[in-house]
Amino acid sequence: MSAAGPTSGGVTYPWTPGFIAGDRPQIVTSRFEHEDSYTLDRFLATGGYDGLKAALARTPTSVHEEVRSATVLGRGGAGFPAGVKWGLTPQGVWPRYLVVNGDESEPGTYKDRLLMERDPHQLIEGCLIACYAAGLSQCFLYIRGEMALAQERVAAALNEAYAAGYVGRNILGSELSVDIVMQWGAGAYVVGEETALIESLEGNRGMPRLKPPFFPAAIGLYGQPTIVNNVETLANLPWLLRNGAAAYTTIGTETSPGTRMVAVSGHVKRPGVFEIVNGTTTFRDLIYGDEFCQGIRDDNELKAFVPGGGSAPWFVPDQLDLPFENKLVSAAGSMLGSGAIMVMDSTTDIPYAALTLARFYAHESCGKCVPCREGGTWLERILQRVVDGHGAPEDLDLMLEVGASICPGAFPHASSERVGLETAVPFPYKMTTICFVGPSAYAPINSALVLFRDEFEAKIKPRIRIPVAVAGA
Amino acid sequence: MSRLSDANVSLAKEIIGRYPRPKSALIPLLHLAQEQDGYVANDAMAHIADLIGHTSAEVYGTATFYEMFKFEPVGRYVVNICGTMSCALMGADALIHHAEERLGIKAGSTTPDGLITLEHAECQAACTEAPCLQVNYRYRYRVTTGQLDALLDDLTSGALESEIPPHGTLARVRQHIPSDRGVGPRQPEDVTTPPPWIPEQSGAPA
Repeated sequence: MSAAGPTSGGVTYPWTPGFIAGDRPQIVTSRFEHEDSYTLDRFLATGGYDGLKAALARTPTSVHEEVRSATVLGRGGAGFPAGVKWGLTPQGVWPRYLVVNGDESEPGTYKDRLLMERDPHQLIEGCLIACYAAGLSQCFLYIRGEMALAQERVAAALNEAYAAGYVGRNILGSELSVDIVMQWGAGAYVVGEETALIESLEGNRGMPRLKPPFFPAAIGLYGQPTIVNNVETLANLPWLLRNGAAAYTTIGTETSPGTRMVAVSGHVKRPGVFEIVNGTTTFRDLIYGDEFCQGIRDDNELKAFVPGGGSAPWFVPDQLDLPFENKLVSAAGSMLGSGAIMVMDSTTDIPYAALTLARFYAHESCGKCVPCREGGTWLERILQRVVDGHGAPEDLDLMLEVGASICPGAFPHASSERVGLETAVPFPYKMTTICFVGPSAYAPINSALVLFRDEFEAKIKPRIRIPVAVAGA
Repeated sequence: MSRLSDANVSLAKEIIGRYPRPKSALIPLLHLAQEQDGYVANDAMAHIADLIGHTSAEVYGTATFYEMFKFEPVGRYVVNICGTMSCALMGADALIHHAEERLGIKAGSTTPDGLITLEHAECQAACTEAPCLQVNYRYRYRVTTGQLDALLDDLTSGALESEIPPHGTLARVRQHIPSDRGVGPRQPEDVTTPPPWIPEQSGAPA
């Protein structure tokens, strides 16, 4: 193992590439400063497995209650409280499973990979606390296939943890006996959807299951009650159990307590991954703040930004002062999703930017639902020809029409003074597909068309109408 | 080309033994086959089908869903250049074009010497470090065209052989569950009672 950190083209990068610490509370990133943060030795020297010990000293019900009262919102995208999710399993049905969603692949999102590479024991401890509280007897830790280093670190950490008695039979001499099995994917964005993840874990093509009526908490892996939690969500639990829900809720706001990991990328001076205070930090803080991204590159103007991963409708400068709070962002026409902000400056070719996302979703459609399989592909093709300068004037409305077959009714969008849109259409949308991949293909196109239609029109050459003689006229 | 080697069969059996249902081991076993041959061979898929007790068709059906599995030989190094939004905003297109010109191949194909396969990839979860690429799923961050040239030189000269294993190898550490520590899987239908640390329901509401 080299001592200097990963190198690329002769440049040596810090141990945690992209992560920027600051004078802010750290719940999940506290060990990132240490070069050996992923080892058991470092983990134990910095409070590691103390949260598990605190949990084992209490009843499972009281641990569950602690998590519920802390309102730990799911960090995967939907923002559903973990404590409530754990309580949705049907009474008296056993066994129950825990599936960890480490299939991070939402465009713009970069946090779970860091948590797995840099602090795998924290995640393992979080899994064990969840298993203890909710009576889950086996845990499957699903890591995205492309993340070789994360797989390596988690496998090594599990081997250490088994050898030291932290995972497996009678953990720390208690009744708790849980296997954690590392599973790794093979390249499919849609597997980040929880029912597709379960399908993949059962050895099938990763296609989402129809829900409702049955969510995984009722019928999941092998038809049993299954809790699917995101990596970052579980990584919060050790700190929560060490310090208590009261301490957790003093950070952030009542509806969005704790911290969140956020990746800000694109045209900013200092892109990075930050652990921010939930609920209060605004987009302006993140993009322009000195402790965060320090403004737009070359001091250009901000044109637009994606507030919550590639699937989220876009915001414009009008929304900069919104805080990182689910309800407010939904009302303004988008979602916080997976904590990924992508920033576009004034030099950005908006139709092209939308195409880079539309192409992604068209490519990643699993093919199960027709509106997504066909609609996504057509949206990409139409947008491609518009970007290439071969678009027809009808193409812009055609894209809206195709989009309406995926998401009928008004599609969420932000307000924008520049184009005279005074009110936003709030999130969420209606959809004709099982999962969010289809609507996600449409979201960037709709946003770009609603907020920057002029840029699309500029790409369309006027047609020369050739007069045609009509027979008999 | 080939079935799994004896060493890989014992690894495969160890992996299968962790799951209540053998089919859950399918994706890890396909990775094992790809690690062995650099791609997933037809014979390997038939062999895996035998090991997990399913048909070759089911194995093929699952395998073809996932982008990382290759069914024909690819280069020793697969270079995946990300082209999704954050990377695109930071110049990924220029990087891909540069790689195509330099290697003399289009993205999606392999150099005639069989050394490098170039691919246009989707988001790799390194968006703050754009534009990024992966060589056999090992990251390179904020890549300039100059750094890309240097990287391709290093791949050609063999300078990165110790850092980057041949295509197919992901983690170089495998999970092993010690038999005296593991709980072992149980068939869901054999379990009707709560796990030992959960008190039996006494009719009281949870």
